[in-house]
Amino acid sequence: MFDGYTMSELGAIFAMQGFAGLILFSVFVLMALGLAIIFGQMGVINMAHGEFMILGAYVTYLCSTFFETYLPSIFGIYFFIAMILAFLASGALGMLVEWGLIRHLYRRPLDTLLATWGLSLILQQTYRSVFGAREVGVTIPNWMLGSLPLTDMIEVPINGLFVMALAVSIAAAVYVMIFRSKWGRQVRAVTQNRVMAGAVGINTERTDRLTFGIGCGVAGVAGAAFTMIGSTGPTAGQLYIVDTFLVVVFGGAASLLGTIASAFSISQAQSIMEFFLSGSMAKVLTLLVVVGILMLRPQGLFALKVRK
Amino acid sequence: MRAGTKILTPAEILGFVVLALLIFAVFPIALDIFRLNLVGKYLTYAFVAIGLVLCWGAGGILSLGQGVFFGLGGYCMAMFLKLEASTPEATAIQSTPGIPDFMDWNQLTALPIWWEPFNSFAFTLFAVVAVPTAFAFLIGLAMFKRRVGGVYFAIITQAFAAILTILIIGRQGYTGGVNGITDLRTLLGWDIRTDDAKYVLYFVNGVLLFVCLFAAMAIKKSKLGRLLIALRDQEDRVRFSGYDVANFKIFVFCVGAAMAAVGGAMFTLQVGFMSPSFVGIVPSIEMVIFCAVGGRHSILGAVYGALLVNWAKTTFSEAFPELWLFAMGALFISVVLLFPNGLAGLYATYVAPNVDTLINRLRPNSRAGTPKDIVAQGSPAE
Repeated sequence: MFDGYTMSELGAIFAMQGFAGLILFSVFVLMALGLAIIFGQMGVINMAHGEFMILGAYVTYLCSTFFETYLPSIFGIYFFIAMILAFLASGALGMLVEWGLIRHLYRRPLDTLLATWGLSLILQQTYRSVFGAREVGVTIPNWMLGSLPLTDMIEVPINGLFVMALAVSIAAAVYVMIFRSKWGRQVRAVTQNRVMAGAVGINTERTDRLTFGIGCGVAGVAGAAFTMIGSTGPTAGQLYIVDTFLVVVFGGAASLLGTIASAFSISQAQSIMEFFLSGSMAKVLTLLVVVGILMLRPQGLFALKVRK
Repeated sequence: MRAGTKILTPAEILGFVVLALLIFAVFPIALDIFRLNLVGKYLTYAFVAIGLVLCWGAGGILSLGQGVFFGLGGYCMAMFLKLEASTPEATAIQSTPGIPDFMDWNQLTALPIWWEPFNSFAFTLFAVVAVPTAFAFLIGLAMFKRRVGGVYFAIITQAFAAILTILIIGRQGYTGGVNGITDLRTLLGWDIRTDDAKYVLYFVNGVLLFVCLFAAMAIKKSKLGRLLIALRDQEDRVRFSGYDVANFKIFVFCVGAAMAAVGGAMFTLQVGFMSPSFVGIVPSIEMVIFCAVGGRHSILGAVYGALLVNWAKTTFSEAFPELWLFAMGALFISVVLLFPNGLAGLYATYVAPNVDTLINRLRPNSRAGTPKDIVAQGSPAE
């Protein structure tokens, strides 16, 4: 498969595909972080996670249209406002869902899976009724267009760089929230032993609701970032949900570092193979390798050592 | 739950008789051939749902990849039918006559080697069951021996559904791509598109369904069935009692896969094509909902669940296409939150006590005690 390429060309291909992989990596990280909070910390399987992400994307789309029409003077910074709104919208919906649905099902993880799948169908149809079945794209502000040429053969798009920066900062924020804040300590306590956490005075119900809300909110931000590199349709979320679950499981469910490492390896493998094989075969190979490794090492790359 | 009695109880016999009457008498008489063919199609999903009752209801193994086995069974059958339809005479206008049309469109000039065995009907019948079962065995062996279960198993089987769909769509020249394998005409020279053939296939389907029903019932009533329930509820205790839990799980998963595969093959025969849209993640999860609506512990319930959900799907999506996804979503949520035992649960609570009374009235001297005593004993608690 390397026939007909010179060494420098190969180097450039690997660099460019590697960068494309980094953008995919950023989207994976953003989506998987939300899921890692919900699945890894709470043990809830949220099949509607993709739809929370798409909600964020639609919020960004609405913001983009609104700023373009009414406030063109500050259009350049609309994305930051959109991101905050996306976080709030998805987070609020997440808390509502936790209250109405998830909290009844904490002891039945497989049933959560089915119920949230139902939720995802309802959300998809809602998006289709409200925004139409066609994909919508946002207008990207001028400063994000274009690319930085590094060498003659390698150039990197600015929106990709922006999404990467976003992924890194959100990952840092989630790390601080879970491992350095009072809320994070409560979340971890509730995860490890719900009854004891309640006994020492932690309001477990409130913690759960907040955790689920923040997980969904992070998904909303992922959706906002997603609009920078692709268009949004009602069913776009479903395309990513299996990948995202595999990323989280592959990394080791309760480990943030593992999630990031696995998102990195999966996205890099996929995008580098994509250049040499067809897109679908690259995806099949990547998924097969991941599933194969999971069969050999079910606990994932980075397993948290907990006494059961 | 009345596990432990080896013979069918009168109520269960009644359940089988009612279902048999419905499938073999009421539907064929009441429905025209178009609708009957649809019912036949719905019933192919019942095969999958019965398998899921064994895996999920009894064994606690939720597989989100049953579409894989349904699809593999269906594709094996479709490959045979396609080869039969692609005689050199029928495909004379192609640049390479004698190979399936989609291969010709994708510039293939010879039949791939792994298509060759499907020229034989005997091999096809063998492959319909053997290929999906072998695949299930491999997955089961790798997962259950390493004690992967529950949620992780569900996610990994779902990944397999995704992988197979992408593979089928991506390798168009070998599999027919996103359109699937279409334009199937004859089975051993017998035209399967005529009304007569559809009647015959419907009844063959019904008979096979009952074979699966009895097999599932036998498994559930046997010691194996009780072990499955035990390992669903307390896996460790079963292991400490000296059983190799993994082997039982692998077995029941393979049985579920084999049943799904038979359903898939019958689907291909009755509908006349097979495509990746019956393999992927979405259809696989829908198959779980057939089982959940029927009642995840009830074998007969699975058949009714598959019939009801599919009938509703056809009716709703014809009349209100936009409402269908809402209805489906609401169904998922309500069946989990409000009716965890599905139709069978409702039946056990509201109908079964009356049926028991009736049966006992018909057989006044059957057991000691008045009918009322027996009703009191036969509590509907499942």
